[in-house]
Amino acid sequence: MPLDPATVRRIARLARLRLEEKELERLEGELGTILAWVEQLNEVDVSEVAPMTGAVAMALKMREDVVSDGGDAEIVLGNAPERTADFYAVPKVVE
Amino acid sequence: MNLTDLGIAAARAGLERRDFSARELALAHIEAIEALNPRLNAFITVTPEQALAAAEEADAARSRGQSAPLFGIPLAIKDIFCTQGVRTTAGSRILGPFVPPYESTVTQNLLRDGAIFLGKTNLDEFAMGSSTTSSAYGSTENPWKRRQNPEARLVPGGSSGGSAAAVAARLAMGATGTDTGGSIRQPASFCGITGIKPTYGRCSRWGVVAFASSLDHPGPFGRSVEDCAILLRSMAGHDPCDSTSVDRPVPDYEAACRRSIKGLRIGVPREYRVSGMASEIEEMWRAGEAWLRGQGAEVVEISLPHTKYGLPTYYIIAPAEASSNLARYDGIRYGLRVDGGDLADLYERTRGEGFGAEVKRRILMGTYVLSAGYYDAYYLKAQKVRALIFKDFSDAFQNVDAILAPTAPSAAFAEGEKTEDPVMMYLNDIFTVPADLAGVPAMSVPAGLDADGLPLGLQVIGPPFGEEVVFTVGAALERAAGFTALPALRAGEEVR
Repeated sequence: MPLDPATVRRIARLARLRLEEKELERLEGELGTILAWVEQLNEVDVSEVAPMTGAVAMALKMREDVVSDGGDAEIVLGNAPERTADFYAVPKVVE
Repeated sequence: MNLTDLGIAAARAGLERRDFSARELALAHIEAIEALNPRLNAFITVTPEQALAAAEEADAARSRGQSAPLFGIPLAIKDIFCTQGVRTTAGSRILGPFVPPYESTVTQNLLRDGAIFLGKTNLDEFAMGSSTTSSAYGSTENPWKRRQNPEARLVPGGSSGGSAAAVAARLAMGATGTDTGGSIRQPASFCGITGIKPTYGRCSRWGVVAFASSLDHPGPFGRSVEDCAILLRSMAGHDPCDSTSVDRPVPDYEAACRRSIKGLRIGVPREYRVSGMASEIEEMWRAGEAWLRGQGAEVVEISLPHTKYGLPTYYIIAPAEASSNLARYDGIRYGLRVDGGDLADLYERTRGEGFGAEVKRRILMGTYVLSAGYYDAYYLKAQKVRALIFKDFSDAFQNVDAILAPTAPSAAFAEGEKTEDPVMMYLNDIFTVPADLAGVPAMSVPAGLDADGLPLGLQVIGPPFGEEVVFTVGAALERAAGFTALPALRAGEEVR
């Protein structure tokens, strides 16, 4: 069953994705198909199962809380589409 | 013999004996790329000047008595590994202008060991795909051709299809890939070469453009099991920059290739005998069992009861992680920017124009399953089923040393086939996804040809950190299979 247009619009908005009208229509059908297909997971009894969040059980390593890198604005800003002095530039947010 | 036909081990020996120089070796591959890449589109970016300069440096260092495990070996790098000063696109328009100011740990490890980089290989956009057709930089052609219909343009598999095609066509001696749902093993199978996805955490993800962080596994491609062993040993190792990188010594995988399989117990999972599987794949699988038995292994049937839930679990978890990881592409600090009326408009236009159809589909799917009211029903549920899939493998490895299965349910298909319905395309990964969800090591070894003359791979899956047994069993399959078939398009052959 296709996902309803309002839901697709809502998640596109949440994902900050601008979609054309024809993309929206196609995605209603495709996402509906995928969601119907993953419904088969409801056959599995998971009432006693803890969720798996990572592939390998491990304790996170600790390290010294020291500055080990940084201080090179030119390298960091090297890929910036637009900059002003040592800052990233964006359209005006506050009038 | 052409220099481009050598394996890594043989090239290393030839370089040591000064039969040829690293410069000659690099040049042979650069010429092969110039001849064939316009047709195959295996590379997005080629770096011949850097490769020749590095090769000359390797020759000079060797003459000073220095040595390293990959001294002068020309490799291809999947364009998802950040390479300092060399554009890294992840196959996406949104990263089109991105030049990383740093080197990924895996490629740094290869450079430390003397490897020469020829360039960056094509992939499905953000590694999301099984055909290398969703790249913003055009599709890659599989160098293999159907006997009956050699005109059909076949896909190399994906997402690491550029790397697999480059190694198969002898444009590089080996390559790096990443495997999130099968993106090393399936293209290795489609291109008649070998590829291994090691245990999660074996190879650092630092500097690898993220798709699904709990599933992304860097690994190597080679034209032999031994070549993969040589490459993985250099690529693997602990990295403080990746908190999921595992701090364990890296064994000598080459030595593991030479061990006997006598007495090993090999499991054959009954759930992998899916209905509608090509009879040739079934037969090849049976042949694989016989090859292992013939070398002294015991083959037993096992059960991985939650196998059929692997794909739907994957298609919840991977998009969920992707939607979170790809939130960083906002047009502000790097990559494509499309201006808009205000900041929200800039974000939406940048992402709307920067991402392709498959990536948008997965971002939306991931956003949906993580959104309020759906999280428990989809994402949490999938994480629980993932735990059951992991338990299937843990239980199986109580009784067997390794698992034997096909790599993919078909040989390479033609461009345009299987593109109507996204679920049909997802089914390509049915045999590869479970090992990614469980994080266990798995390798594809070319084992035979189908009726059309296209390669088919067999897969060996090992327990966590059991790469050595995977190499041992993989090498045994390779010896018995005697796979010597060659792709129609390859270096040294005229382009038809």
